[in-house]
Amino acid sequence: MVEKNIKILVVDDFATMRKVVRNLLKQVGYEDIVEAEDGVMALRALKSQKIDFVISDWNMPNMSGLELLKAVRADADLAKTPFLMVTAEALQDNVVAAVKAGVSDYIVKPFTAEVLNEKIMKITESINK
Amino acid sequence: MNVKFINPFLEGTTSVLKTMAFVEPRAGKPYLKVDSLAKGDISGIIGLTGSATGSLALSFSQGAILKIVSNMLGEDFKSMNDSIKDAVGEITNMISGVARKNLEAEGFYIQAAIPTVVTGLNHSITHVMGGPSLIIPFEIDEGTFVVDVCLTE
Repeated sequence: MVEKNIKILVVDDFATMRKVVRNLLKQVGYEDIVEAEDGVMALRALKSQKIDFVISDWNMPNMSGLELLKAVRADADLAKTPFLMVTAEALQDNVVAAVKAGVSDYIVKPFTAEVLNEKIMKITESINK
Repeated sequence: MNVKFINPFLEGTTSVLKTMAFVEPRAGKPYLKVDSLAKGDISGIIGLTGSATGSLALSFSQGAILKIVSNMLGEDFKSMNDSIKDAVGEITNMISGVARKNLEAEGFYIQAAIPTVVTGLNHSITHVMGGPSLIIPFEIDEGTFVVDVCLTE
């Protein structure tokens, strides 16, 4: 059984999309949600508070989702944080690059609350095994 | 304009709005547009390059976009603001993503640029390639919108 009281960081440069993801998460029972508008702000949040799960957009200015993922995996304190990448399309090259960088899974827009929840549960369960 | 381009954009539009905004838009009969005048109050435009090049524009009437964004964000929007503009950019991005994925099945591999959003009465849309574009009209109970595609192989 996956705990719903985990703290989730939603990273997206579009405020609208952060709000959409926040609403979807709330629909399936996640309440502890923080937001960051790019990879730089996300890293700052990850280093200043305990984040249990990252949901990050791929395309962002300043620091992309892939760069954020690499930075997280390279940091000894953050390396094991579950990381779900959000993309507008499942391009083969992008998926390969994300897998190589250690992404936990990816989700293609548009998605429903149920699909998002399934991804989170699958990742969290695989870690807890 | 290749008729193969119609269904990927039609399906992309329906799928994104159904999944993210819980509306089921009704599609009308596609037609060719020869002027550059937008058919709505707010438009999102995104450049496309690759095995076909051009652009995709979505133009929404105020009634339609207020309903769509209200549903997407779970808030009741009564007038146009920055959240609506932001959402139009994201909707355009997502529809382009699904349409490009669908186009892969037809053998077209297309990349997209960053969307821009234009507002105002009688604003115009200039497609990258110029020339006529294909319009797919849609309606929901609260208003109309069009998908405006200009793609050249």
